[in-house]
Amino acid sequence: MTDLLEAPTQPETELPSRESRRDERARPEVRRTIGVRISDVLAMAGAAVASLSVTIVLFSWIAPLTGGIAFVVVGYVLFLGFYALLVAIDESAAVVRDRLIAAVVHSLAFLVIATLVFVVVFSFVRGAKAIPHLNFFTQDMALTGPLDPLTQGGVLHAVAGSLIQITIALIITIPLGLTTALFLGEIPGPFSRFVRTIVEAMTALPSIVAGLFIYASVILFLGVDKSGFAASLAISVMMLPIMIRSADVVLRLVPATLKEASLGLGAGQWQTVWRVVIPTSRSGLITAIILATARGIGETSPVLLTSGFTAGLNLDPLHGPMLSLPLAIFEFVKSPEPTMIARGFGTAIVLMLLVLVLFVIARLIGGETVARRESRRDFLLRIRAAAARLPVSARLRPRSTRPSKDTTRDLS
Amino acid sequence: MSTDSPRLLSVVRDPADLRFRLAAHAGGVTVLAIMSLVGLFLAFRAAQAIGVAKFSFFTEQAWEPDAGKFGIAAVLVGTILIALVAIFFAVPLALGTALYITEYAPIRVRGFLIGLVDLMAAIPSVVYGLWGFFFLQGQITPVSKWISQYFGWIPLFRVDGTDLKDPLASPTVYTSSTFIAGIVVALMITPIITSIMREVFLQAPLGEREGALALGSTKWGMIRSVVLPFGRGGIIGGTMLGLGRALGETIAVYMIISPIFVIQPHILQAGASSVSSLIALRYGEATPFGTSALMAAGLTLFLMTLCINFAASAVVARSRSGASS
Repeated sequence: MTDLLEAPTQPETELPSRESRRDERARPEVRRTIGVRISDVLAMAGAAVASLSVTIVLFSWIAPLTGGIAFVVVGYVLFLGFYALLVAIDESAAVVRDRLIAAVVHSLAFLVIATLVFVVVFSFVRGAKAIPHLNFFTQDMALTGPLDPLTQGGVLHAVAGSLIQITIALIITIPLGLTTALFLGEIPGPFSRFVRTIVEAMTALPSIVAGLFIYASVILFLGVDKSGFAASLAISVMMLPIMIRSADVVLRLVPATLKEASLGLGAGQWQTVWRVVIPTSRSGLITAIILATARGIGETSPVLLTSGFTAGLNLDPLHGPMLSLPLAIFEFVKSPEPTMIARGFGTAIVLMLLVLVLFVIARLIGGETVARRESRRDFLLRIRAAAARLPVSARLRPRSTRPSKDTTRDLS
Repeated sequence: MSTDSPRLLSVVRDPADLRFRLAAHAGGVTVLAIMSLVGLFLAFRAAQAIGVAKFSFFTEQAWEPDAGKFGIAAVLVGTILIALVAIFFAVPLALGTALYITEYAPIRVRGFLIGLVDLMAAIPSVVYGLWGFFFLQGQITPVSKWISQYFGWIPLFRVDGTDLKDPLASPTVYTSSTFIAGIVVALMITPIITSIMREVFLQAPLGEREGALALGSTKWGMIRSVVLPFGRGGIIGGTMLGLGRALGETIAVYMIISPIFVIQPHILQAGASSVSSLIALRYGEATPFGTSALMAAGLTLFLMTLCINFAASAVVARSRSGASS
């Protein structure tokens, strides 16, 4: 390695006038192992130009082909062929294969991400007409017919219904889900292994089956009305396995040494769970809850089966149908009227923004590591200390000086 | 009593621990009970319809429960066809995206892409349905027409009731088909499969990767000999989980297909069916006996996804990368 980088030493008289030539010899060619070579770029660009030209000729002169999708597909296949040919001029077969696969992988990833982003952007564009009207967020559809303009009616009833249903579902699933996750992690044995298997198999429970179950049990068997409460029960059945599974994964990441240290210091099982396991995995547990919430809030079919459609605002979860955002979208776009379809897309924007907010919160909390939390606390302490040194800001001085700071950092 | 026999240990738990263990057990038992009740209630409700239909439940295509003539042959075939189309598109896309994220993407972009794909997995399915109905349907019709024109001799791609020579023939025979529903479901499940594959690929041991590269392999050689064999469990498991989701998808499919109740093997032709959209379509007007028949259909769907999920978790757990995801 060093041979390559050092100059071949030859005894030589140093003459100032020949410095430039000596420099040239002193710096041997360093092999570049990363980055892009000019031949790669040229092969790529050449293949792109060649395939584009051939495709245009094909489409305009030779073959009876039409349509944007066909143009892209033919052009892409030709591009791969030309690219392989150009690379094959000065590389071995293995390298040609490598380059081809790299090109295919790049384009597949681009296709997926572009399409997914397009799905979202498409809804935003189509729904943009409905969103600017303030009444979209403050009114319901009780007094608005399909032919009324967008300045009337709104989705307040769907927003309220979604929030009420998800709140009830969270009241049920958070205690039950987290307790079960703790059971799976802290009390190992054949029974908890069995429960874990069942929960894992239930994560892909079809949402319509969850709705059908609540319809069969709560509505037909127990005789409860079709209502927001029944819908929240159905959503809970959907959310429980998702929450338990991701919380279980997080709890298994708690280092065993931490638990052993706690037990070794004489803490009981409950104290270990409460003071070590839960604080260590808190951010992951919150992420699990939020991800399950995002799934639950977007489910349509359980609400369709257990609550049903209504055009008016209903704040009573126990009686009468209560709408949710996804169900509202579904009902809006059933209508052939353009204003109703615009309302549907507008509702989709509201729903996606809700999911996005939940997701961003999850990422922020989930990205919160113990180290980062500590460094932030450190930063705050330093600011307070700096503030305390100033004579005017005596009231900002910290009340306690946290003597335990160093020990907590050692633990983490 | 010999001296080297182990000492008997007795565990004394304090009341707080006992309460915790009791609560945790109660949680586990409750969840288990809820999950078993799903199956039990459906079976209990379905028993009446299955008792009437007997074995013809699996062979009859029509769905007229009140006339005593109903079965899931058509809807089950429809469900499986939609799921297969979805898997056919989703798996290569997801594999490519997962490989790009783990192997090719710059490190700085990687975190962003992971977040984006996970976010896409959380987008409600009704949004994908909107896109499929209002955008894809119009764009994909020429493609369907082209496929049926040149590959119509394969029974799967044949489209009846249209004259290919007639340029004014209505394109509506190509809309609302299994093919379009399958593509929309494929888009829905691609992020889910991607994130499972991505997680497994990232765990491929660094030492083996570097070993392959040091022996002179190209990047693709390294991926083929280290990353893909290591991640095989994740690839199969992710695919099966995606299949489970595809089988159970309701609303996106319901928005696109126009339901029919005969076995429809021509995937490009208008008219398709699935178990979940059958339930969403018919539960409202069903008589008690009709409801029972719908429960039987739901039970079949439930058992099918359950089997696929069990198989998926078994495959993932037995692979080298393990069940850590």
